[in-house]
Amino acid sequence: MLLQIEIERRMSPEHKPYTLTLKYETENKSETVAAMLQSINSNSRRQDAEGKSFEPVRWECSCLQKKCGACAMVINGRPMLACDAKLLEAAKRGRIAIGPLKKFPPVADLIVDRGPMLAALSEAKLWLTEQGLVKAENTDLAFEASRCLQCGCCLEVCPNFYAGGSFMGMAAAMPGSRLLLAAGETDKAALAAEYKKHVYGGCGKSLACRSICPAGIDIEALLVNSNAAAVWKRPWRKK
Amino acid sequence: MINIIGAGLAGLSAAMELAEREIPCRLISLQPSERAQSVLAEGGINAALDTMNEHDSPAEHFNDTMRGGCFLADPNAVYGLTSSAPDIVRRLLSLGVPFGLNDKGIVLRNFGGQKKKRTAYSKSSTGKILMTALIDTVRRYESAGLVKRLPHHELIKLRIEKGVCQGAVLRDCYSGECQSLSGQVILALGGLNGLFPGRTTGTTQNTADAAAELFSQGVHFCDLEMLQYHPTTIPIPGKRCLITEAARGEGGRLWISRNGEKWYFMEEKYPELGNLMPRDVVAREMFFVRRQEDTQGEVMLDMTGLSDEIWAKRLSDLRDNIIAHTGLDPKRSPIEVHEGIHYFMGGIAVDEQHRTNISGLYAAGECCGQYHGANRLGGNSMLGAVYGGGVAARTAAEEYAPSDDTAFPAEAGELSAEARPEFNEQLAAILAEGLGIVRSGRKLEEALKKLGELEAVCLREENRSRLGLAMLRSAIARRESRGAHYREDFPETDESFRKMTLARCEGNDADISFQVIPERRTADAASDRN
Ligand SMILES: Cc1cc2nc3c(=O)[nH]c(=O)nc-3n(C[C@H](O)[C@H](O)[C@H](O)COP(=O)(O)OP(=O)(O)OC[C@H]3O[C@@H](n4cnc5c(N)ncnc54)[C@H](O)[C@@H]3O)c2cc1C
Ligand code: SF4
Ligand code: SF4
Ligand code: FES
Repeated sequence: MLLQIEIERRMSPEHKPYTLTLKYETENKSETVAAMLQSINSNSRRQDAEGKSFEPVRWECSCLQKKCGACAMVINGRPMLACDAKLLEAAKRGRIAIGPLKKFPPVADLIVDRGPMLAALSEAKLWLTEQGLVKAENTDLAFEASRCLQCGCCLEVCPNFYAGGSFMGMAAAMPGSRLLLAAGETDKAALAAEYKKHVYGGCGKSLACRSICPAGIDIEALLVNSNAAAVWKRPWRKK
Repeated sequence: MINIIGAGLAGLSAAMELAEREIPCRLISLQPSERAQSVLAEGGINAALDTMNEHDSPAEHFNDTMRGGCFLADPNAVYGLTSSAPDIVRRLLSLGVPFGLNDKGIVLRNFGGQKKKRTAYSKSSTGKILMTALIDTVRRYESAGLVKRLPHHELIKLRIEKGVCQGAVLRDCYSGECQSLSGQVILALGGLNGLFPGRTTGTTQNTADAAAELFSQGVHFCDLEMLQYHPTTIPIPGKRCLITEAARGEGGRLWISRNGEKWYFMEEKYPELGNLMPRDVVAREMFFVRRQEDTQGEVMLDMTGLSDEIWAKRLSDLRDNIIAHTGLDPKRSPIEVHEGIHYFMGGIAVDEQHRTNISGLYAAGECCGQYHGANRLGGNSMLGAVYGGGVAARTAAEEYAPSDDTAFPAEAGELSAEARPEFNEQLAAILAEGLGIVRSGRKLEEALKKLGELEAVCLREENRSRLGLAMLRSAIARRESRGAHYREDFPETDESFRKMTLARCEGNDADISFQVIPERRTADAASDRN
């Protein structure tokens, strides 16, 4: 199938964005957006739809198997991992529009600076100061929370999140939940206060984020638990 | 400030160690820690915690590691590794790693090449789970000002003056600007995947550019011929995806078509262990049966006979993964598998304290050649990365001299031009041909000749060729078979080669010599007997 690929590009944060349109032929059902980007970048005779040559498209990747969060971008309107998005599935009437995440400062082409998402974790003091231990009955939940990729897809669809704001969204709630499950008494009190301030207080609980998470984390189960622990101070419940 | 380059398990561990000593450091990486290859590790981390009623001990872990590495590893370094392992894993538990627990402590599983249960794990995402805990721990030191993160920065080259490492030149991958920093340097760059694009199970992030530049700058490398191949990988766009050993552990079988019939070659050749022989044996057999004239096509991993219960309870994530990547359901159809490069035992040469040949420069994790000798045991590399990062930091701390913290503008100069993808592909094809799972003097010489004809048009390409040359020359020099290095023309192990290959850059060539492996300290050996 011949696809029309439209990539939102920009040279640098100071430059204006523009669209690169190209034609891409594939029949391979498992070919991903990541594979397509690799393939066009590694071809030094690459041409756009009008036959003009262009510079390699800048994007980030690392694991190519949905485990590192590097390649998050917006594909036909939905934040996704490029190494997870199948070209033929993502295409709508033969067309795929690809752009960077919009909630973070742009860097170049499909790269954005997700630094603010990571800085928020420091601002919320997400760490332990004393010895921690995850109890046997909580290992599954702590495992689930530990899987967060810090990809930022959930933040992209969250109506309440903006970079640098006090509400930090699920990308902070997941590490927060893990730490709450591991923390001793003193740490738990401090973490609970931060959790209330940066997650619980601002979350509309619409769970728009849930179906987006490319890691498939059971966000709802973790929220129920963390809310109970941080806000209602109820003893830990098993899932 | 000390500069740690690389923020995977080894880099994070080094940062923690320095911060605990209140020595400030920069933690520099191409991408944030969440994206490092360490998050891909699946099976687990080894420690003789002896919680499974099997009378395990660090001494046995030591013996297995030395034997697994075919006695090429430094026994004193390995002794440090295996005797520290239980404390390291207990420490990880106290950082909130959700290991499984029983009444004696952490639950352990069986894993590659070890008879006793010694591998602590968190489902099949152990690397990710350990990384999450270490990242959270280091975050506390970041906010205390002890660790300064520089994500999206590339190590361009070292500043070596009069044989001493004075600092490093970095490039900000976002802005393109370069800066020159002072202070000792701890390298935690990960494996040399970038020399084999598309052919390894690891990350695209470890480009090997920095390692190649360091080699040209005079840093010594060792055991470069020792590449670990994993027998069951599948091609996915841009790389090879590991299919865990558990697939065979749960009953998956390997066959190849021979005269129209399925030939279960592993079961026929090795009636006792069958499909569960060690990785290198399975991978080599796959190569041999494919080459046979009466066989057709590729080796298939057949999991169609597994019960619904096994699929549902133990391999559900594997099944989803295979379907997502290949479009085939392994419950219904066999999957074509091929050996893929999985781990680099060799790397930057370091002593027991993780010093390189250049003063003020240290290395740890997969980028250095320590602990694993000619073959690494599954579960020992994460241990080596966490432990080695700590040792390197301790040594750097002991030799610490505060330096000027100013960053000066710098230039990448000739190194600003990237290697061309076409060049990288050609180099990889040459190296993969020579350094395959079964090698021979003839194939290696052919690879050497092709490499000589490969034209490099920029400095990064020249550097990469030179490091590749060092790999080929190391494999040519080792005229025996040992561990991961198998030569058809020298199929036996020759004790006179129980030495480490040391590679040094000599102009445009690589000089290879053999270094004696240190003797085991008698005090350590004696304490084991007690
Ligand atoms: C699929 C898979 C499964 C595995 N399973 C296991 C297992 O079960 N048990 C086990 O023990 N081991 C396992 N391993 C091996 C183990 O994961 C690695 O050996 C280990 O994590 C390496 O850690 P590291 O810190 O040395 O390197 P990495 O985690 O690779 O980190 C390297 C760091 O260096 C940085 N870097 C690289 N180049 C530059 C540069 N030029 N400038 C700046 N920064 C740079 C990167 O950004 C990164 O931060 C597995 C590996 C793979 C691929
Ligand atoms: S539930 Fe709604 S408000 Fe809360 S984090 Fe998810 S998307 Fe945002
Ligand atoms: S919760 Fe899911 S979507 Fe959000 S950052 Fe973590 S992995 Fe990404
Ligand atoms: S490259 Fe790691 S998630 Fe896509």
